[in-house]
Amino acid sequence: MPDLGKYAFAVLASYAVTLLVLAGLVALSVWQSARTRRALAEVEARQGKSDG
Amino acid sequence: MSLWEYANPKRFIETSGRVLPWAVGLTAVCLAVGLVWGFFFTPDDYKQGSTVKIIYIHVPAAMMAINTWIMMLVTSLIWIVRRHHVSVLAAKAAAPIGLAFTLVALATGALWGQPMWGTWWAWDPRLTSFLILALFYLGYITLWSAVENPDTAADLTSILCLVGSVFALLSRYAVNLWNQGLHQEASLSLDKEENVSDVFWQPLVICIIGFVLLFVTLVLVRTQTEIRARRLQALLARERVA
Repeated sequence: MPDLGKYAFAVLASYAVTLLVLAGLVALSVWQSARTRRALAEVEARQGKSDG
Repeated sequence: MSLWEYANPKRFIETSGRVLPWAVGLTAVCLAVGLVWGFFFTPDDYKQGSTVKIIYIHVPAAMMAINTWIMMLVTSLIWIVRRHHVSVLAAKAAAPIGLAFTLVALATGALWGQPMWGTWWAWDPRLTSFLILALFYLGYITLWSAVENPDTAADLTSILCLVGSVFALLSRYAVNLWNQGLHQEASLSLDKEENVSDVFWQPLVICIIGFVLLFVTLVLVRTQTEIRARRLQALLARERVA
């Protein structure tokens, strides 16, 4: 760990906020993708059955 | 082969599915190398001390906050002119990413500004135009969810995107247009004299590439989601009618 001196709070808080926001966005995007994919597969399977 | 082939939703999902694993890998490598190099292996600045390490997240986030809106402008114009659904869904998918980059730029800017300028916030041209850009992102996202008809929502948000582009460009050139704020000029320039020192510049460029790749990865994932959600809505509507 580098010696950040008197600016440790500013530097570490900047990296923490960035990590929090970007990791949150990635997690949300992956979750929404999985949820939509699952819901679409269910409806397609249901309609495939009723069509066929 | 024409670029417009990717306006076909099925083709877009197939191609982006092949690109995504590479994009994820390259994003992880670039961000890891750039951030570790910048944080652990670069010296303190003679004036700004260790706060210079904030440059590796603040500058890429600020650049991408503006560039995301420019991407949304291009895809919105394609919607207005050619009515390709994938294009406007890509703009919709990009908006939360742009908002996240803008919030990171504002937060890291405040954390950097406090020890350097003695204040968290100033009504400086660049800071103010970035705050307005964040509000435009919020307005754009809200408008999409407020209008029920998807094509009407696409039309209205595309117009909002055109208007917001003025502020995206102002955010980029504010320090050049009004030379009276606290914010310094651009850290990267084609003029070598104006650039940051090489010791900071090299990891910074890798971080910028990492942020661009992160944006591309997220846009691909989120556009796929929007296309699937649109198909899901269509199938459910068909079920209700049947």
